[in-house]
Amino acid sequence: MSKKILIQQGRLINPYNKTDGIFDILIQNNKILEISSFIEPNETFEIIDARNNIVVPGFIDLHCHLREPGQEFKETVATGTMAAAAGGFTTVCAMPNTFPPIDSKPILESLTNLSKSTGAIRVLPIAAATIKSEGKSLTEMFELVDAGAIGFSDDGNPIYDPFIMRQALNFSAQLKVPIINHCEVPELSKNGVMNESWVSTQLGLPGIPNSAEESMVSRDILLSKLTGGHIHIAHVSTSGSVNLIRQAKKEGVNITCEVTPHHLTLTDSIILNKDSSSQDFVISNDSYDTRAKVNPPLRTSSDVDSLIEALNDGTIDIIATDHAPHSDIDKICTFSEAAFGISNIETAFSSIYQLVINNQISLTKLIESLTIGPAKILGSHQYGNLDQGNFADITIIDLNKQWEVNPAEFLSKGKNSPIDGSTLTSKVVKTIYQGKIVI
Amino acid sequence: MIKSSNHILDLDLMTAPQIEQIFNDADEMTDILNSDYKKTEALKGKTVITLFFEPSTRTRSSFEQAGKILGADVINIVNSTSSSKKGESLYNTALTIQSIKADVIILRHPHSGAPYFLSKLLHKSTIINAGDGMHAHPTQALLDMYVMKKHIGTLKNKKIVFVGDISHSRVVRSNICGLSKFGAKIVICGPQSLIPTDFLSAENLPQNHPFKNISFEPKLHKAIDQADVIMPLRLQRERQDSGLLPSLREYASYFGVSLHKLQNAKPNAIIMHPGPVNEGVEIDHDVVHGPNSVIQEQVESGVAIRMAILKSVTQNEVSKIE
Repeated sequence: MSKKILIQQGRLINPYNKTDGIFDILIQNNKILEISSFIEPNETFEIIDARNNIVVPGFIDLHCHLREPGQEFKETVATGTMAAAAGGFTTVCAMPNTFPPIDSKPILESLTNLSKSTGAIRVLPIAAATIKSEGKSLTEMFELVDAGAIGFSDDGNPIYDPFIMRQALNFSAQLKVPIINHCEVPELSKNGVMNESWVSTQLGLPGIPNSAEESMVSRDILLSKLTGGHIHIAHVSTSGSVNLIRQAKKEGVNITCEVTPHHLTLTDSIILNKDSSSQDFVISNDSYDTRAKVNPPLRTSSDVDSLIEALNDGTIDIIATDHAPHSDIDKICTFSEAAFGISNIETAFSSIYQLVINNQISLTKLIESLTIGPAKILGSHQYGNLDQGNFADITIIDLNKQWEVNPAEFLSKGKNSPIDGSTLTSKVVKTIYQGKIVI
Repeated sequence: MIKSSNHILDLDLMTAPQIEQIFNDADEMTDILNSDYKKTEALKGKTVITLFFEPSTRTRSSFEQAGKILGADVINIVNSTSSSKKGESLYNTALTIQSIKADVIILRHPHSGAPYFLSKLLHKSTIINAGDGMHAHPTQALLDMYVMKKHIGTLKNKKIVFVGDISHSRVVRSNICGLSKFGAKIVICGPQSLIPTDFLSAENLPQNHPFKNISFEPKLHKAIDQADVIMPLRLQRERQDSGLLPSLREYASYFGVSLHKLQNAKPNAIIMHPGPVNEGVEIDHDVVHGPNSVIQEQVESGVAIRMAILKSVTQNEVSKIE
């Protein structure tokens, strides 16, 4: 029997049962044995002093890219899950746009085996919605769900064909798993590489209008109504999208959605000027930072305000990272040539915590969005709930610690962070997965 | 040693007095150009490399001529690039060029921001932007403004009209940047499918934004009314093919600049064009070759302006030679 771990006197915040107070937590093997205001320590216990820290359920990321199999130079299950643990995550859902894509049971099973042997935390696979993610014919969804797929997505690309989307949502209704869509009408986004705005006009970069996302969100709402299938909108980025989703939720549509840390905290003006409060509108050597190139693109401050409002009023269900690690060759090039994506799983909580400091969202809301929010979409009461008898998936955070983002120190292979050099307040100090201290 | 901060990437970092200085220098350069012996030693011992990833006749040859007259050794590199080619090769090409001791690299590239990308990575060569994607073409804007000033005097409150494909035009962006520093009234005109959305209501742009003072005029005859300068832009055939326009024929009849449509412009208004010209599309043959056209003068001034710029970026060294 392994050593018991005692987490002493941390501020336990467990949104599932609305706990917020100072507690001791005792872990045995992979489970939480006891939670109590005081637990008598024993010399055989491993003691974690959590005074001045918050203790929360291990975070769940419904959307990340681990790149394995196929692009191991960008990330592997081993490095991606260690990076996730450094960010406080104990469960990640891996997007299937790998090489080959996760579009059949044998490939999904090989990923599951790989995750078991090399993953530092729990990896739940998302399967491709269509064969090779080409959008032409559905994958074998019954079989994939039985093999462990928690949802379906052609992420990276939208499920373009409305007929195929309708059928995917029919299967979703029957299988009770979400279809996660990357909403983007390619005819509107064209060759766009950033948000369409005065910033793109000034930089001379082709823009992606908000309507490219919103028109497909709108379509998916209608198809969800038609079929009863669960549509989960990935990485919403615009004011218009959240308005559509808010209205759909009022009408009882089976819809959920997520927002990323970068869409909540950054705007497109960072591509012009690192200091977004600057008023001189001068293009400099810091402009055209390819690390800020992401799809959907960083939008305007009014979009950011709408996203924060939507997170607060429940229109947005969860925060998911869309962690998209890339190698240097994908980013050391002109803005047009650079790959889309931000490596952010290690900075996710800390970057959004700034919104808590600014009183724009509550700490509870932030934790909910990373724990019971995604657990609910996964249909699980085990994950995201720090309670007696559950898996000991626990994250300990020092809310006062200040640190400077240095991508060179990331555990992720992806160093592509646009907040390189920023000072963040709050840091994950320990991540425990199934009773094992990972970080 | 040339300071890397001497890069000329766009006009936004230049002040009006600095631009005036270039114009004064260009006057001197014009004298050299018009003399019998077109050679100086100002850039003797310097290597200037033109690195072009897009086809160009006038810009490249005018830089080459400018460099040679100033006594620099000029090497021309023409690199055809396909969109699939990785930018890493741009990086490596530039490193190679720096390593062969280029003092000045004159870069044209189809991707906006390419010269900024290089200026971050190269510390020994000065970069002059000869056109990057849809972003900027500062030497063209300088020569345009130089020619404007020659003909209409001060630019303050003068009505400068750009007609046509504003969205894809780096020439317009750099001109707006420069002209707004001199208080010109900038009017843009063209089919809305070729105008950036934010230009339709520029008053909504943030305070102090360099594009804030432009105005959009949907009708050509109104745009031209009392104009001092009219610059139609090259309309590329692919705009029709990509669905932005129904036909070049319709475009020509509504937005093509003809003698007839110029009636309401100021009598001494000048007609400019950054070239190459599509006669019969954005501008009629008799306008190109008419009395108000200064299109050939633009080309001539291009050499003088580029000489002035080459001199300014190598200034420290020049003063040492003297």
